[in-house]
Amino acid sequence: MIIDATVMFDLFVVTLACFGAGALGALVTARSPTLARIVGHGAALIGAMAALAFGLAGLAGGGMQLNLPDLLPIGGAAFGLDRLSAFFVVVIAAGAIPASLYAIGYTREYAGKHSLAGMGFAFNVFVVAMILVPLARNVLTFLVLWELMSLASYFLVITEHEREETLRAGWVYFVMTHTGFAALLLGFLLLAKATGTMHFVQWQVAAAHLDPSSRNLIFALLAVGFASKAGAIPLHVWLPRAHPAAPSHVSALMSGVMIKLGVYGLVRVGFSWLGVGPGWWGGTILIVGAVSAVLGVLYALVDADLKRLLAYSSVENIGIIMLSLGAAVLFQASNLPGIAALALIAGLYHTLNHAAFKSLLFMGAGAVLHATHTRNMEDLGGLMKRMPQTAAFFLIGSLAIAALPPFNGFISEWLTFQSLLLSFQISAHTINLIFALGVAALALTSGLAVACFVRAFGITFLALPRSHQAAGAHEVQWTMRAAMALLALACIVLGTAPSLMLAPLEATIFELMSAHADVQFNLTAVVANDGFGWVAPLWLALALIVFLMALPLGLRLLGANKQRRSYETWGCGRALQTARFEYTATAFANPFKRVFALLYRPVKELDIEFHPESRYFVRTIAYYNEGRLIFEDALYRPLLRMIETLAREARALQSGNVHGYLVYILIALVALLILTV
Amino acid sequence: MASLFEYMFKAPVVTETLKSSDDIQIQIIARQIDERARKSFGRSLHIREVDAGSCNGCELEIGALNNPYYDLERFGMHFVASPRHADCLLVTGPVTRNMADPLKRTYDATPAPKIVVAVGDCAHDCGVFAGGYGVVGPVSAILPVDAVVYGCPPEPRAILLGILAALEKRP
Amino acid sequence: MSMFSEIAIALLQLLMVMFGSPLLVGVIRKAKARLQGRRGASIFQPYADIRKLLLKEVVVSENTSWIFRFTPYLLATTMLLSALIVPVLTIRTPLGFMGNIIALMYLFLLGTFFLALAGLDAGSAFGGMGSSREVAIAALAEPTVLIAIFGIALRAGTTSLDGIITRFAAEPLLMLNAGHLLAFIAFFIVALAENGRLPVDNPATHLELTMIHEAMVLEYSGRLLALVEWAAGMKLFLFLTLLSNLFFPWGVALANTPMTLLTAFLALAVKLLLFAGAIALVETSVAKLRLFRVPELLAGSFTVALLAVVTSFFMK
Repeated sequence: MIIDATVMFDLFVVTLACFGAGALGALVTARSPTLARIVGHGAALIGAMAALAFGLAGLAGGGMQLNLPDLLPIGGAAFGLDRLSAFFVVVIAAGAIPASLYAIGYTREYAGKHSLAGMGFAFNVFVVAMILVPLARNVLTFLVLWELMSLASYFLVITEHEREETLRAGWVYFVMTHTGFAALLLGFLLLAKATGTMHFVQWQVAAAHLDPSSRNLIFALLAVGFASKAGAIPLHVWLPRAHPAAPSHVSALMSGVMIKLGVYGLVRVGFSWLGVGPGWWGGTILIVGAVSAVLGVLYALVDADLKRLLAYSSVENIGIIMLSLGAAVLFQASNLPGIAALALIAGLYHTLNHAAFKSLLFMGAGAVLHATHTRNMEDLGGLMKRMPQTAAFFLIGSLAIAALPPFNGFISEWLTFQSLLLSFQISAHTINLIFALGVAALALTSGLAVACFVRAFGITFLALPRSHQAAGAHEVQWTMRAAMALLALACIVLGTAPSLMLAPLEATIFELMSAHADVQFNLTAVVANDGFGWVAPLWLALALIVFLMALPLGLRLLGANKQRRSYETWGCGRALQTARFEYTATAFANPFKRVFALLYRPVKELDIEFHPESRYFVRTIAYYNEGRLIFEDALYRPLLRMIETLAREARALQSGNVHGYLVYILIALVALLILTV
Repeated sequence: MASLFEYMFKAPVVTETLKSSDDIQIQIIARQIDERARKSFGRSLHIREVDAGSCNGCELEIGALNNPYYDLERFGMHFVASPRHADCLLVTGPVTRNMADPLKRTYDATPAPKIVVAVGDCAHDCGVFAGGYGVVGPVSAILPVDAVVYGCPPEPRAILLGILAALEKRP
Repeated sequence: MSMFSEIAIALLQLLMVMFGSPLLVGVIRKAKARLQGRRGASIFQPYADIRKLLLKEVVVSENTSWIFRFTPYLLATTMLLSALIVPVLTIRTPLGFMGNIIALMYLFLLGTFFLALAGLDAGSAFGGMGSSREVAIAALAEPTVLIAIFGIALRAGTTSLDGIITRFAAEPLLMLNAGHLLAFIAFFIVALAENGRLPVDNPATHLELTMIHEAMVLEYSGRLLALVEWAAGMKLFLFLTLLSNLFFPWGVALANTPMTLLTAFLALAVKLLLFAGAIALVETSVAKLRLFRVPELLAGSFTVALLAVVTSFFMK
């Protein structure tokens, strides 16, 4: 099905117009926070819907070309749409629709404290820049939009700038994103110089003739740039700081959607811009992915800050996606294009799924924050009874992210497992071993993710509230619940009817690497590699429902006692039953802290203040069990110290003497002249 | 390890058959438990032991029920860790002030139908502790008791017979 | 195959698991009692226990939400669903298309997820402790499970349950190598860990602080407890069936005729009896490991599984 180019163009224009109207509208209505809130995010909502239509049309085969030579220097602005771009537009739009809806209610709290006009403006710019990034078709367009996206998100992150930690988080984000940007710039310029063109479309052909060393260098630079945006370890340090600091609808967008543009970049680098790469590219991506997945979830597992937990879990999921990307590159290099396509489908499907459930979870966390004003899980609990709908949505998100059937995370992880297990068709022992470790890493990750989200949901929502804020919580406003309901529905639909998305994805991959994926599917079943493995999610879901309904009926037929009595929790007959008897988030994570002590390096401290009269009575007990962050300690701190030392040395150059500066200019000029000659 | 295996396979079954003798005294207190409920236990009875202030003499004897010699499990009986799982509360000792409330809570935490067996002279009438300042009274002052096993301490056989008697309403 | 016989076979498998699992538990307990020199309860004791629990009222903590009441039903459901997928008697399971071995493992994980939540729901310290430990062990066992599956898939060329059995039954020589044995050992250890058996967890413990699985279910009573216990029995039954039929596929019906099904039934009974004896032997001869020694056991089983994969690579 080819969709008329004018329709595509119209949709594109409508999208841009809506976001433009939203940005301007928010500014114009700055006097009235309520109006600015509704206009800004409402227009973004409509724009995102148009973008979704645009993206879906693109997935169905609609193409678009748009060149605006006068908009930018060096080649002008160039936009284009292929299926891969369209897929990412769909991912972004699918995240932006609920985020905008959610923001209408969520930002009410900011009225009077922060500029809603500014937030609305930045939000619209952020979303539209994200939508345009995958459409960019030359270097300058791409970089300008990339920077626009980073800046807009930076301003959104520091919305609550009155808090010291928010500013610090924003600063780390700013530095890291620009380090990544520098790597990208360098990589792009080298590639443009080597191929002699700034146009992405022409790179694939030209790149095949590059000499391996410069191709490897360009790959490394671009991979570092994109991996830092994606938040892969060890370039993740900004992510667990910036995502929790931002307002929750922005966290949802950043974690659910923005980091996926790093994945987009990696797919482009690995499969189109540089042609078919050598196996070690794939091996590196796979190993980085495996490390990110395991460490990401391990850090998530011990964090007591609900939003930071989710941010670390984004590192984990990016790791899972990179695992399949790396596997795809390795399969491609080993001449197994069918399985490579399967791995890539798994990765892209997980990209979409993660956008759905991570946005959902961040919105759930935002609702909790909204209702209780705390993100600290040690102060939460008992919200199941106070916010039943939010709890149900958060539960669906937790099940989905823990990759449990019949939700969407399960399908993409299942596909990833299938592709990794199929690696036995490669006959090279080193690669086999890498894959085996990849399987183990993914298995450990999914097991730990179950633990992590049992903890996140269980401690936050179940049992008794641990503070009076949690005890006084109420269900949130309807737009927020509607946004979460949309995403929860998406998690269920993508989990039970994967063929809806697998079909366009298969076409996308075919367009990208001209190989049919080694997977067959229809409405009910997915079969990998001709019977290597299969799953029928719709049937699983139906069977679950049937049995769940049949069981109580069966018990009734057996004549089971129907009486139910409520009584206090069994506490060995103790008279006092309070929330302080509950297991805490810290205690829940303790087995993991002990098992993986090598990673966490926990520092334990026990402060006991005794009663002055007798040592048998304590007045206060304080227990600290803080982990240290090894990447920060081992990698970034020495780096920062080095930079500081260098900067101190460089201070000698700043003499304040005008004649001295003139000499510098002269030296620079001469050096440049020598270089160019 | 080898000697362990040798023992495991060579040692005979040492469990004795249960015989009633004349010196064992058990009193069944007629309480209105539904006959159907009594039947419903069938051959399965899960027991929660509550020490309401005993000197632990009875506990030693109760502990002996689990050993191969008396092997309580052959009657489908089993000690459980939570009153939620229990059908029978085995209460020992005079009920002390500190344990009166927990005992009541344990009883309330147990799902119906349930039976209570008071084990030992202390549980019956506070024994030598009767009138003590820390003692509230016998078990029957707190809970409806279904059977009393006398003895200080009663021997394991008596306890077993007591529970079985309470189940089968056999005097 | 006619519609009628398909339904009959699905039902047969379901009934096998539903009614066979309490018997399996009873046999293990009986064997343990005998090895300890006791007479022990009748092998039909678990049926009596379940019947009694069904007739009792349910006492629910005031702190709990619907999760607590929903979990037992979900647990039993996941196990019943698995009974339709696992080739208990025959590889021609009419509903076997619902998932391969990986889907099956995730189905088990779904049950673990909800049980751990239910443990937290009442707000008691024991329940939370049990949940935390249970998910820790489940998480650490997961790599072994998948690597052992990898080891099997390598040699069988498939991850579908019936495919593996067909392949091994057709070429028994495939099983005659070190990789097969190592994968079996790894999977057996994982089966012990996942089902809360010694040396990981003591199913007969009374001491709350040493509990894992039992601590999570301390709050359950009446029919809810019956469902939880029944589901635990079914899980053990399914794991042992998987061990029997994947690693020793003799007897499993390759085509469905009354004769083959009968053979399969007898073969399964013999294999399960042997496994029950093995478990009783292990549980009588080893002590429970300290909680923080369990990761070492699981790391050991992981190494064994990885060795299984590596030997398969080199002996290809």
